[in-house]
Amino acid sequence: MYDFNYHKPSSIDEAVALFIDLEDAVYLAGGHTLLPSLKLRLAAPTDVIDLAGIPGLGDIDYAGDDLTIGALTAHDDVATSPVVQSVIPALSALAAGIGDAQVRNRGTIGGSVANSDPAADYPAAVLGLDATLVTNQRSIAVDEFFTGMFETVLEEGELLTAIRFPKPEAAAYVKYPNPASRYATVGVFIARTTKGVRVAITGAAPSVFRATEMEAALNVDFSENALAGISLDADMMNEDLHASAEYRAHLCTVMARRAVAQLS
Amino acid sequence: MVEQSIGKSVLRKEDMRFITGKGQYTDDINLRGQTYGYFVRSPYAHADIGDIDVSAAAGMPGVIAVLTGKQVAEDEIGGLPCGWMIHSKDGSEMKQPHHPVMAGSKVNYVGEPVALVIADSFVEAKNAAEMVDVDYMERDAVVYAETAQSAPIIHEGISANTCYEWELGEKDATEAALASAAHVTNYEFTNNRLIPNAMEPRAAIADFNTATEDLTLYTTSQNPHLVRLIMTAFIQLAPEHKLRVIAPDVGGGFGSKIFVYSEETALAWASMKLGIPIKWTAERSESFLADAHGRDHVTTAHLAMDEEGHFLGLKVKTTANMGAYLSTFASSVPTYLYGTLLAGQYKTPNIYVEVDAVFTNTAPVDAYRGAGRPEATFLLERIVELAARETGRDPVELRRINMIQPSEFPYQTPVALEYDTGDYEASLNRALKMADYDTFGERKAASEAKGKLRGIGFSCYIEACGLAPSQVAGQLGAGVGLWESGEVRVNPTGSVTVLTGTHSHGQGHETTFAQLVASRFGISVDDVEVVHGDTGKLDFGLGTYGSRSLAVGGSALSKAADKVVEKGRLIAAHLLDTDADKIDFDDGEYRVRDSNQAKTFQEIAFAAYVPHDYPLEELEPGLAEKAFYDPGNFTYPAGTHICEVEIDPETGVVEIDRFIAVDDFGTVINPMIVEGQVHGGIAQGIGQALLEGCVYDETGQLQTGSYMDYCMPRADDLPSFAVGLTSTPCTHNPVGAKGCGEAGAIGSPPAVINAITDAIGVRDIPMPATPEKIWRAIASTTRSAA
Repeated sequence: MYDFNYHKPSSIDEAVALFIDLEDAVYLAGGHTLLPSLKLRLAAPTDVIDLAGIPGLGDIDYAGDDLTIGALTAHDDVATSPVVQSVIPALSALAAGIGDAQVRNRGTIGGSVANSDPAADYPAAVLGLDATLVTNQRSIAVDEFFTGMFETVLEEGELLTAIRFPKPEAAAYVKYPNPASRYATVGVFIARTTKGVRVAITGAAPSVFRATEMEAALNVDFSENALAGISLDADMMNEDLHASAEYRAHLCTVMARRAVAQLS
Repeated sequence: MVEQSIGKSVLRKEDMRFITGKGQYTDDINLRGQTYGYFVRSPYAHADIGDIDVSAAAGMPGVIAVLTGKQVAEDEIGGLPCGWMIHSKDGSEMKQPHHPVMAGSKVNYVGEPVALVIADSFVEAKNAAEMVDVDYMERDAVVYAETAQSAPIIHEGISANTCYEWELGEKDATEAALASAAHVTNYEFTNNRLIPNAMEPRAAIADFNTATEDLTLYTTSQNPHLVRLIMTAFIQLAPEHKLRVIAPDVGGGFGSKIFVYSEETALAWASMKLGIPIKWTAERSESFLADAHGRDHVTTAHLAMDEEGHFLGLKVKTTANMGAYLSTFASSVPTYLYGTLLAGQYKTPNIYVEVDAVFTNTAPVDAYRGAGRPEATFLLERIVELAARETGRDPVELRRINMIQPSEFPYQTPVALEYDTGDYEASLNRALKMADYDTFGERKAASEAKGKLRGIGFSCYIEACGLAPSQVAGQLGAGVGLWESGEVRVNPTGSVTVLTGTHSHGQGHETTFAQLVASRFGISVDDVEVVHGDTGKLDFGLGTYGSRSLAVGGSALSKAADKVVEKGRLIAAHLLDTDADKIDFDDGEYRVRDSNQAKTFQEIAFAAYVPHDYPLEELEPGLAEKAFYDPGNFTYPAGTHICEVEIDPETGVVEIDRFIAVDDFGTVINPMIVEGQVHGGIAQGIGQALLEGCVYDETGQLQTGSYMDYCMPRADDLPSFAVGLTSTPCTHNPVGAKGCGEAGAIGSPPAVINAITDAIGVRDIPMPATPEKIWRAIASTTRSAA
């Protein structure tokens, strides 16, 4: 990695002020995307602003049917939180399936979501659960949030501080991991909510997306059979060494059926 | 001492230091005044080099020197030699391109070193390396074995990019057997290219002492003497007596650390040029690009059978990808380590194999765990499986009726080897029992009931280890002898220092060899210290590869220990005032036969070093003996592997339900260590079968250059293995051992593929058999059935 200046602010305001003042700064949450990029010299920021010193960003809170998870909450904390396990067990199970123990102890939910990695697990949960993204400036409905591969509506310097999940009636996440990286080749998150069924798919396409055709079918008949005839368009899928677009499209339906099976 | 004798699972003496982080690896060593090297590597697979402008790099902070391939050429250092001469069918010598220590005028693979930056720190060296400006003129790349012979020429003067066209066996007789056969099975396949991935990347420190003009090279080597010999005799870096090579703790090799590479050589040259110590430790990305890769064969084979299923003939044509240059032993892998194994466990009377070795713009390919023998075993055990299915025979029975029987040893194969001993059906029968083969049908039905597909696959392998009878190896083209040295030094207090020319980089020699020697002398393994890996301490030795260490190195130690016992007997005879032939040595005691007069091993040792009452006129004082052991034949470990898989037809995901390995390694010193070797080998073999595949794109860029894309097997990809042993001790070495290091990687891949193809009802599935390939294969059978 190249040399950079390190900062450890103790408040959100201080962090944002630093970001605005500095030439080419990045925020550091769990560092699980940033540090490999730095080590491979793919990223060369002048300044790194470590968020770990800001109090309160790692809190988990359940009030009024909303589960709020601080952006700096580590995957392992989500996986093992009795509150998350009781309110949205699919979310804690998803967190328990990210990477390995070392990754889960350092990687954060906010880092994962803000990064919008097409193969990350959390975006599927955030989109599937109709969450609200809370930043230092505003609250953003998730349907507006993800805009593309590694892209969100977050503005320069805007800091994701918490994610607010409405409690679903039921939810499940099933993924097919890339055998090498263990990232999601395809991960399908299905939630039954008071406003209907939501199906969010990660890994398959350049960005997490809602499978609206599946949602419509499941709203009519919440069963595996309802998905049997649905195949997603391979043209919108990613393709790489590990899985063709056609295979990914096929896996979307298989994983969705398995998620439904868990909920039936 | 019984609990530490031969055949007991003594805990590994070395493990405490390894698992507590106290191992001393090359990168752990830091010398006074040490500097750091970083290599500038080619980003192109095939390009001419124009100017190299190092001025910006040389001016960077901390930079001491920037050396280029052009300076290597000016200093006339190298090139790197290949140590095994192969002759083509027409008698001509293989074509060996100049293999520069660093490229001077042309690069031939992505990752080839072009320049070496030396700086006060690693980061400064790396920063400066980015500023080295190399002018490349790109050419079309030649990447794949299949097309290399009709592609543009890589090395001037080497037509059709062909290194050699080798053959072994009787062509006419084999073709006649094929022509007259009741059935011929044909098989075309690729043995996938692998990247070794030892846990410890390669590293080196070169330290030239300007006062004494001694050069010390610390390096991650499986064979430090070979490194010294090659650097002296072939690269002419330093005289042999002024060059000391130390391979301290080494974290895995799998073959990839046998070879003499560009980086270590360039470092040694630079240290001598600059008079400073220089360290280099490969980053993992460099290991992917520039460690010698393995396998990469494309093969067509034909197996002929009579009406009863007896094999009549096997004809094989293989094209082997050598990569851009010949690595140290590359030429021997697809020839004498491959073609000679094509008889397997079977009495096939006629075998003919042709191998074309070709150059491509990829990293050099050389020996990787098993080296030629996994490729031979995969071919044979797959084509036998196909033959059984094509002719409606039970795959176990077809193997059984063709197996060489215990009464038929020694058995001369049609491909040069003479097997000394074995009992192949004993391993097969034991494995079938451990696999519960009788009830496979019930398990298959149970899987089907839950929508899964279940299959079983067999592999009955043989390998040739204990490299090697030197004169035979020499006749076949080896550039070195392949004996081993061993020294047993008894200290005055009766503890023992054992010196071996083999090298332990995960194999547990510090325990196995201690057990071998301690049990001979009736002392504790804790009283035996094993020394290896330092040319400054040891006699010449050939190192560790080819599952040779115990069979050859252990035999040398065994002979040295015999000499110690005999000298001790003479000393005891003197002290006990009797004749040597009246003294027995057992359990640490020299005893006058039929009497209670005795001297302990420790008393004899003390007398040898404090010779106050000693026959000095007849016997030298001291108690240290050495032996050089040259094996009379190869050893032939063999066994049966059985794999049972359950496949999810919706995703193609394979779960290995059970994996059984029953191996005949001859005499086993430490069963726990042997089982560990088998476990590791099977994991690598399953890795090759299911997960690992090196991919270059058409321009020669490595697509699988990190663990994000190159899939190594993990513990949760694997079942708990069931490992069993049978034993027919090797007939021609004093230990009776055959070698166990590679068997797992040799036997397992065809067992896995046979199981998968059995489960899904297809003829073939290419390795690595990824879920998508399996899903597509299932889809194709569903379509054809519909």
